[in-house]
Amino acid sequence: MSLLIYAESNPDSTTGGKFKKVAFELASYAKKVAESLGTTVTAVTINAVDVSELSNYGVDKVLKITNDKLATFNAKAYSDAIKQAAQKENAKVIVLSSTTDSIYLAPLLAIGLEAGYTSNVVGLPLSTSPFQVKRNAFSNKAFNITEISTDLKILGLAKNSYGLVETSSNLTTEDFSPTLNEADFAVKVEKVEKVSGKVTIADAEVVVSGGRGLKGPENWSLIEELATVLGAATACSKPVSDLGWRPHSEHVGQTGKPVATNLYIAVGISGAIQHIAGINSSKVKVVINSDPEAPFFKVADYGVVGDAFDIVPKLTQKLKEFKAQNS
Amino acid sequence: MKILVCISHVPDTTSKINFVNNDSEFDTNGVQFVINPNDEFGLTRAVWFQEQQGATVTVVNVGGPDTEPTLRKALAIGANEAIRVNAAPTDGFYVATQLAEVIKNGQYDLIICGKESLDYNGGMVPGMVASLLDYNFVNACIDVKIDGTAATAVREIDGGKETISAYLPLVIGGQKGLVEEKDLRIPNMRGIMTARTKTLTVLEPTDAKINTKAVKFEKPAPRSAVKLVSADNLDELINLLHNEAKVI
Repeated sequence: MSLLIYAESNPDSTTGGKFKKVAFELASYAKKVAESLGTTVTAVTINAVDVSELSNYGVDKVLKITNDKLATFNAKAYSDAIKQAAQKENAKVIVLSSTTDSIYLAPLLAIGLEAGYTSNVVGLPLSTSPFQVKRNAFSNKAFNITEISTDLKILGLAKNSYGLVETSSNLTTEDFSPTLNEADFAVKVEKVEKVSGKVTIADAEVVVSGGRGLKGPENWSLIEELATVLGAATACSKPVSDLGWRPHSEHVGQTGKPVATNLYIAVGISGAIQHIAGINSSKVKVVINSDPEAPFFKVADYGVVGDAFDIVPKLTQKLKEFKAQNS
Repeated sequence: MKILVCISHVPDTTSKINFVNNDSEFDTNGVQFVINPNDEFGLTRAVWFQEQQGATVTVVNVGGPDTEPTLRKALAIGANEAIRVNAAPTDGFYVATQLAEVIKNGQYDLIICGKESLDYNGGMVPGMVASLLDYNFVNACIDVKIDGTAATAVREIDGGKETISAYLPLVIGGQKGLVEEKDLRIPNMRGIMTARTKTLTVLEPTDAKINTKAVKFEKPAPRSAVKLVSADNLDELINLLHNEAKVI
């Protein structure tokens, strides 16, 4: 009857099957929900190596799956494996994170378990009977309170919506071998291409983003140097992506990548509604723009009005000094 | 090849978001409705398949009579025919069940959905449709090519992309990348004229469960005003980010 989570680990051999940070946020959240339901937390892991760190976040049991066929992510196979883990635990509530892979497999898991599923959940359940949760809606412009009426429930926890909470627990680990068949692997990954070495927008704690105010791709060193000092990912507005100044993978906004980071710094971006909607889940927004009337200032936490070509290099230099003093 | 493009009828991105009836419903007063942006990329891509490979393109929406102008717009963009399942799109599972029924009856080879709609942001309909029918599924799809019954799709992943092979029938959760923004088809005069003569069939919904329900809506708490820092005083910005916001 435990609450089940899927604690994601990075599959590549270089990082050795270590957990993604979201796995610990998920465990922290799940622990609180489990306590309110009077139950324990079981985590299912796939090709994770050392699972002990989950005991710092209240996980009581791990169903540890090790399987070569699952070395590359496969939504159907992973959802089948997690389904079997849920059935083994007789789990009534399953919580997943909102990573690219988790949101891919979640609907398959929901159908497989005949579970009601709601995504983008931003907090602990408001009530458990009826089961109600608050979630993001209208592209981060509103919330809705959703009730799940099925016996089994799946929640997708919105990115960066619940912080780490350390709770010590005694963790028991059990090796688990779900039964997987040919049909689970009908969709085959032929090739994976990744830009190595750079922190991705999805994983970054800080994102530095540039807009048309930078006037051209030749000026992007401003953004890149600021990002380097902060260990940040770089991003851009839609016009910049459409103009071909930056790769499409950097476009953030409603039709680009969503950003739910801790610190979002927007340089030379006026703040179109679609851009703001896409980055609205970021905790702190800093806007640097020469136009004091730029709409982005209305939603920013901090702002600097002035010339980016003057401000950003100075800020970069000061941050270098700050980091040196504070390390 | 028979293609089904599933489209959502959503408020235009610049709409003001307000709620009525004790915050239980979205206020449609004065709101312009459009084809969900993620779906638009898929619709243009389907029209390319029609032009380049002779595919037929059907568009479907689950909604009331108010969604018909949106379906007509899709016909004007180039779809061959439209279907409206006459039911309110109450939750993702309900919508997926209706679409699965349409697909079973129509025997489509390729089903193109947007990966997420910008009103409910559920992101679950394409995956549920695929799972209900036991069809192959690729989410966050930024490219798809079809050769006979073999499909090659590209999925966007963090920091890169995956090239995937699967056989038809295939469901994709599409987004920008299926076509570029600049290549999106818009209805021209001829498209609008011919759209009037194309078939729009209204089907009654099949019996289906509703698993989740949006019981109430809330607007975000009002923000406090921005703290402006002078360009001559960037030390103060660093101080605020470190000591107040605690993000660096």
